[in-house]
Amino acid sequence: MTFELAQRNVRLHLFRSILAAIGIIIGVVAITSMGLLGGALEQSVSDELMNMGNTIIITPAGPSVGDEKAGIDERDIRQIKLIAGRNPTIAFYNTYDQVKVGDSQGYSSVYGVDPGELPPITTLISGRYISGTEGVMIGQTLARNYGIREGNFITVGIGAREQRIRVVGILEDTGFSGGIQTDNAIIGSERWYEATYSGRGKYDQVVITVHNLDDIDGIKDAIDARLNRREDVVNIMDFRSLISSIQEAIGQISLFVMAIGGISLLVAAVSILNVMLISVNERIKEIGILRSIGTQKADISKMFLYEAAILGLIGSVCGGLLSLVGGGLLIMLIMQDISYLLTMHTVITVIYGMIIGTVICIAAGVYPAHRAAQLNPIDALSND
Amino acid sequence: MEICIRLEDVKRIYPMEAGDVYALNGVTLDIGVGEFVAIMGASGSGKTTLLNQIGCLDQPTSGNLYIEGKNTRELSDYELTNLRRDAIGFIFQKFNLIPLLTAFENVEYPLILKTGARDTTGRPADLLRLVGLDGGHMKHTPNQLSGGQQQRVAIARALANDPRIILCDEPTGNLDSKTGNQIMDLLTDLNRQGKTIVMVTHSDEIATYADRLITIRDGVIQ
Repeated sequence: MTFELAQRNVRLHLFRSILAAIGIIIGVVAITSMGLLGGALEQSVSDELMNMGNTIIITPAGPSVGDEKAGIDERDIRQIKLIAGRNPTIAFYNTYDQVKVGDSQGYSSVYGVDPGELPPITTLISGRYISGTEGVMIGQTLARNYGIREGNFITVGIGAREQRIRVVGILEDTGFSGGIQTDNAIIGSERWYEATYSGRGKYDQVVITVHNLDDIDGIKDAIDARLNRREDVVNIMDFRSLISSIQEAIGQISLFVMAIGGISLLVAAVSILNVMLISVNERIKEIGILRSIGTQKADISKMFLYEAAILGLIGSVCGGLLSLVGGGLLIMLIMQDISYLLTMHTVITVIYGMIIGTVICIAAGVYPAHRAAQLNPIDALSND
Repeated sequence: MEICIRLEDVKRIYPMEAGDVYALNGVTLDIGVGEFVAIMGASGSGKTTLLNQIGCLDQPTSGNLYIEGKNTRELSDYELTNLRRDAIGFIFQKFNLIPLLTAFENVEYPLILKTGARDTTGRPADLLRLVGLDGGHMKHTPNQLSGGQQQRVAIARALANDPRIILCDEPTGNLDSKTGNQIMDLLTDLNRQGKTIVMVTHSDEIATYADRLITIRDGVIQ
């Protein structure tokens, strides 16, 4: 009966109850949508970074001095490959150079890679892979930016080094993966690169793709012990700490954004508090009657807590459902990929949002309920 | 005579800025089981304060109040609330029904308080018929009922847990004289069935229904 009294009071003051519930709806939508967006961002960045999370990148320790180019030599690479064992290891040349296509010009990465190493780590979208010194391949982004198709010629280099070369294939964008960023790059064979930029046998980078993440430290230590025994020959790095700090940063950002959403929930809680205090004031006489005919203080409290819980539950459930729409819109708007909404994280976030909304609502009802229970029956009865 | 309500030098003092107000100033009174007592007095004489003490809605500042042999001073708020629920029925001048509940539910409510469950015995309907409310009105809420009908519902509610004591505060104060007399006949019937009735009134005519008349003035019984 206590619950029914609460329920009937909500219905009796339907408009006021709806207004109070709208506050909760907005609050829940705010925190939940933000939570959904944060989760989607974190996941999308994780997906992107995962590809490089298992790579070890080895670069020369010393700088190039004059004509003497720094690089990792064949002997060191053999050592590295030995240590890496069955984990795929690729060594390549890398520089930065001018590109001209027709009237437009710009800069791009230039890679020199053993043609045999490319197929396992890249996907061809048109043309063919390079072989020998004839032609280069380019990344999809670069191709799109300059409107290049396979068979077109591009001009690479400046001044004396300038050469026209044919594009034989275009590689699909891979994002930031495997240590080689092919998206906006020109990829030639090792022999072409050596002929163009010299520095033969002085590789700019070695990338090991490690199958088992637990092996990363062992491989790094072994390379360090072997190659950097007397002096630092190579720098060895991996991306685990980078990835975790990026994830942490995104987590903090989404927490911060949720906190901003939380402010609206706090405002909603204040309005629930206000509505409940009004409700208590309006029903002082009723409380007096209930007390005089033998209703315990605890039951009076419960009546108002139920009322807050009804408002909170209705508001939170509506808010939870609406936040799927709100979160979906945000994710569509910012990430253009709705699939990030359809995850377990979404379900958990929405449930959390609803629980937080309901709990805050009930908490807002505690003080009014306490006040109602403490009313003196005689004073309450004489109230008109 | 078996004593039902006993007051020993009961004082109720309201501290005010201008000085203490003695609403009750040393009331000693015994009311026996099955008595019908009318308390009379002018406005501000302390008669309602006296009724509130007996009804355990308020506690005396000093002195002792015994309800059926229990010293109310020794009872907790929880126990006093249960005493109101089980041993005492209230009938007010302004009926004081719960506006959110129907007539039937208003009578059912004290039963639910006691048993913790909705009624299955049909007692609320029996009581409403007993006080003269027909079945058609049982589903109406108080604001759909006339004053007389509301007071009948209030009496049925007061009887819900079969209390030994019924306290009435100006039970006919808001009713026309014909309806008032009907209500008084109802109360007289209840008294004949053995209920102890204490009634506050300022009407001499209504007071004639009682067996005993107590006049109070400035918080003192005359």
